[in-house]
Amino acid sequence: MEKIYERPSFTSPAIGMGFCPGCSHSTAHKLMAQALDKYGLRDKAVLIYPVGCGGLGKDWVRLNNIVALHGRAAAVGTAIKKCNPENIVISYQGDGDLAAIGMAETMHAANRGENLTVIFINNTNFGMTGGQMAPTTLLGQRTTTSPDGRDIERHGAPFKMAELIAELDAPKFVGRFALHDAKNVIKAQAAIDKAIRMQVEGKGYSFVELISLCPTNWKLNPVDSAKRVEKEILKEYPLGIFKDFE
Amino acid sequence: MSKEFIKGNEAMAEAAVRGGCRFFAGYPITPQNDIPEYLSKRLFEVGGTFIQGESEIASINMVYGVAATGVRSMTSSSSPGLALKSEGISFIAGSRIPAVIINVARGGPALGTIQGAQQDYFASAKAIAPGGFRCFVVSPSTVQEAADLVYEAFEIADKYRTPVYVLTDGVIGNMMEIVELPPMRDPEEMLSSDAWRITKYNDDSSARQFSTYRPTGEMLTVDNIAMAELYEEWQEKEQRWEAFMMEDAEVVLTAYGSAGRIAKSAVKELRAQGIKAGLIRPITLFPFPNKAYENINYDKIDKIFVVEMSIPPQFVYDVELATKSQLDYININTSGGVIVETESIVDKVKESM
Repeated sequence: MEKIYERPSFTSPAIGMGFCPGCSHSTAHKLMAQALDKYGLRDKAVLIYPVGCGGLGKDWVRLNNIVALHGRAAAVGTAIKKCNPENIVISYQGDGDLAAIGMAETMHAANRGENLTVIFINNTNFGMTGGQMAPTTLLGQRTTTSPDGRDIERHGAPFKMAELIAELDAPKFVGRFALHDAKNVIKAQAAIDKAIRMQVEGKGYSFVELISLCPTNWKLNPVDSAKRVEKEILKEYPLGIFKDFE
Repeated sequence: MSKEFIKGNEAMAEAAVRGGCRFFAGYPITPQNDIPEYLSKRLFEVGGTFIQGESEIASINMVYGVAATGVRSMTSSSSPGLALKSEGISFIAGSRIPAVIINVARGGPALGTIQGAQQDYFASAKAIAPGGFRCFVVSPSTVQEAADLVYEAFEIADKYRTPVYVLTDGVIGNMMEIVELPPMRDPEEMLSSDAWRITKYNDDSSARQFSTYRPTGEMLTVDNIAMAELYEEWQEKEQRWEAFMMEDAEVVLTAYGSAGRIAKSAVKELRAQGIKAGLIRPITLFPFPNKAYENINYDKIDKIFVVEMSIPPQFVYDVELATKSQLDYININTSGGVIVETESIVDKVKESM
């Protein structure tokens, strides 16, 4: 029998990813790992992990990885890549990490056009700490720190990171994709593949935002979480490629 | 060997390059700006990399990342900037990554004053950030010593896989002196090991992980015991100090860093006036040179003059610990931003004898 599908070569069969059932971090991790496998980059890759749920994946991938301080992944990645251009550096970050505490590092690395791949998990809340309001929380969305719903007067409007970054001159590939159904997962895989390939080819900074499910903190089952993405989130966060140098 | 008339900050920057530093990230703050300015040109001449970070926080995180790949790396700042770097330093220490950090200190708290000061003693030697870790802390008294210590700091950092913290201040940083700069170190001779760092190629078995999170207290205990053992090793092997005219001293002064050189002038002046004074000048602040104070003749000496540019005093507590509270401790201190004067030390000593 011919083997047509297998787990990414460098992932640990013994250690699970540690994410909640239905969480999109698992999908994003698999896509990232498959992309690295596709281009044979496992030995050159350096993953920069965030503080937050994203970091739970670090034991599953047997790759070089370094857990950055909260929000600082883009700064850590910048220096590693500048001094070690042969390494393939991926900054994997959630919305609290990238868009709240790490906004300065995120924007400056993008504006310098560092030859990095940034994968941004937008699940509209702080997952690890129990579902607090994030910069990406939708208006009206109830979280543990916006119990009456996010209010534009009180909290400001959600940050649209992909659009913000696409406005800068230096980034080369910027887009938003989603992980709530198979059709979108396939598109997200293509985007991640492209972003990593562009780094290999020295083409510069890429930013892949992934609309992700957080069933635990949304207090919805995975099926209803996927429905929420379709019904509510994609209205606020349109999918698509906002910038493509190629 | 070349001798140059050079400013403290530039001497430290050049010594870093000669000691193997190939990456620097920093953010403007007075009185350390000559260091990033100098390195923004110099590092590229030797194939290194310089980044002006978007903040002190970004800069120390750049150092954290690149130092994990074994590149000799440095950042510098001044007191309030060090507060911003402190969390990053704790990650570097917690991950056992070598790096060099220079603090060209100014007066505080907060914005304080841009003039030199010694008000960061606790914040460098005791508690840079939460978590109970330490850096290897050295403090120079002259521009020559500043250059030599920065040069050696990279070796100490690699040897122990630790951040080395050079505590100096605006006095030394902005002073010009004649310095014999150390030779350019041959990269072949530098300590560095592929056993722990991220390299260009790490397969399944050699993939590195740098993470300071420990899921259980038991796992953390293992790390913390290793940390305690490291500090004990420093206490045993690495205490450094200068004992100046201590052999027959009947009056003992103690001071470090820029106050140390002024206290040394006071000792010379006291000797000229027929008073047998001596100085103990710590060079390592952590490990603190307790051994230096064991040689005091406690039968004859009943007091020690502790000179520092800090109100309230900080350094004096380590002196009291090292001398087991057996003496009277007479503080001769100025505020940060005010240079302590030789004459005022001499007068205070004479008046208290």
